[in-house]
Amino acid sequence: MSGGESANRPGQFMGYALPWGFVALLALVPVVFPDPYLLAVLTSAGIFIIGAISLNLLLGYTGQLSLGHVAFFGLGAYASALATLGFDIAIGFGLRLQVAPQPVWVGFLAAILVAGGFGWLLGRLAFRVRGAFFVILTVCFAQVLRMVALNWVELTQGPMALIGIPGFALWWPGEGVVELTRKDQNYWLVLAVTVLAFLLVRQLVQSRFGRAMVALRANESLARSVGIRVTHYLTVAAVISAGIAGAAGSLFAHYTRIIDPDVFLFIYTVTMVIMVVTGGKGTLWGPVVGGFIFGLMPDLLRGTAPPEVQWVIYGAAMILFVMFLPRGIVPALQALLRRRAA
Amino acid sequence: MLRLEAVSAGYGRIAALKAVSLEVREGELVCLIGANGAGKSTTLRAISGLLAPGAGRITWQGETISGLAPREVLARGIAHCPEGRRIFPHLTVRENLEMGALLRRDRAAVARDLAAMHDRFPRLAERSRQAAGTLSGGEQQMLAIARALMSRPKLVMFDEPSLGLAPSLVDAVFALVAEIRAAGTTVLMVEQNAMAALRLADRAYLLETGQVVTQGTGAALLASPAVRDAYLGGATA
Repeated sequence: MSGGESANRPGQFMGYALPWGFVALLALVPVVFPDPYLLAVLTSAGIFIIGAISLNLLLGYTGQLSLGHVAFFGLGAYASALATLGFDIAIGFGLRLQVAPQPVWVGFLAAILVAGGFGWLLGRLAFRVRGAFFVILTVCFAQVLRMVALNWVELTQGPMALIGIPGFALWWPGEGVVELTRKDQNYWLVLAVTVLAFLLVRQLVQSRFGRAMVALRANESLARSVGIRVTHYLTVAAVISAGIAGAAGSLFAHYTRIIDPDVFLFIYTVTMVIMVVTGGKGTLWGPVVGGFIFGLMPDLLRGTAPPEVQWVIYGAAMILFVMFLPRGIVPALQALLRRRAA
Repeated sequence: MLRLEAVSAGYGRIAALKAVSLEVREGELVCLIGANGAGKSTTLRAISGLLAPGAGRITWQGETISGLAPREVLARGIAHCPEGRRIFPHLTVRENLEMGALLRRDRAAVARDLAAMHDRFPRLAERSRQAAGTLSGGEQQMLAIARALMSRPKLVMFDEPSLGLAPSLVDAVFALVAEIRAAGTTVLMVEQNAMAALRLADRAYLLETGQVVTQGTGAALLASPAVRDAYLGGATA
């Protein structure tokens, strides 16, 4: 956003060399530190970072607080798992809906489409009611889905969980198409999808579409008066945001191989909101930075403190970040760099 | 050219406009004056489609436009420079200007207009790549006016263009409005600064609690004792 004013050398360094170097370093982690625990922690942090990147599109760029974002994550997880496991359920009127087990890539696409479709629905409904009403609507949406997942036992197995979900199958160098069962393979897959999600959001935000979103966040009535179709842009943002969250849910399902209705828990939405807000909403890197800090912190604290103390530290860190860096870490760093440069 | 017939509009249950009728003819500079809350800004919002009128009819070049979305009104040649924050602070000056031409498809002509705006407002050209929020109040107002003109409107509506500006800049803004009209664009302006507005206007409407109470030429209203007493008291002393 605020970074694109000058195309000078340090700007290019910050814009290309640094991020790609960072990605390269992350890609080397499984080679240099082949520790399964470390890879597991980074993989689940990565999945949450994808969720945070998608939430940032709504929260950071359009300024709409979606407190039910986990709904799209959970929808993606269930859609992908059910598509790959297959199902056979009664849909009333004496009819049955049967789906044979599909390959995982079909599940991945189904996750994006189902989550995106619900994003569209919620966008159409909710953008008629803004502000607090939108927030409440999104919270309810996630809660209702959790209830459905808990009670529609024939489809979701309810609290017994969906088990035996296949791992991601991909072409792998030297091995052909294989199911990704190793930690390092899943780590690389999540890393690749995170980079794709980041690039997609960056592309969007730096386009005409992104400028329209920034404009309507700042002044909706002015945006409407210059001819921006506010509802249209908000709906498109909601669909893309939900679709990316659905992709993250699919990765989650095929990585953990088991999902239960807890994928709709409110706490996961809160975690994503914290990642975006502490990192810096409305900045491309904010959710990544916030995601690393709050994705890794619980595990870093695991060995050093009892769980109760961990949560206290977690909460205190969150409060301190919001108190001292209200706009987030990334905007604070940008301001610092600019002051240095000046 | 533009005609409002008994237009009523409001926010929730509060009626801000009660059967307002007024007319703007081609090439005119028409002012709406009145106290705070008289319904001046609401009138502009109703015309530009930001607010759907509850009753009455708005016609533009013979076509009914009441109930149309803002972008459809803009596409028909009516630009609105709303009150309050008039620019997009996080976008650059150039992007703000481009926003004004959002609905235009003639890219080459837009580029020419952009260059013309830069010639006309050298300050904006200098600050082209700067975030618009970093401009001074006067520069922001110039940018807002320039942005409105980027849509090549037939009618441009200014809401309180002099609000919050230093006295020297107020004169510059009014001179600019006069210039725009002289160049052939019809202007409908809302102004608190009734004295200056009436001097500039061909015709004016005085609004009070959502209704038109007096209308006439700028000079006539300026001379009218009612207007003088109610709205210009301090200014004439």
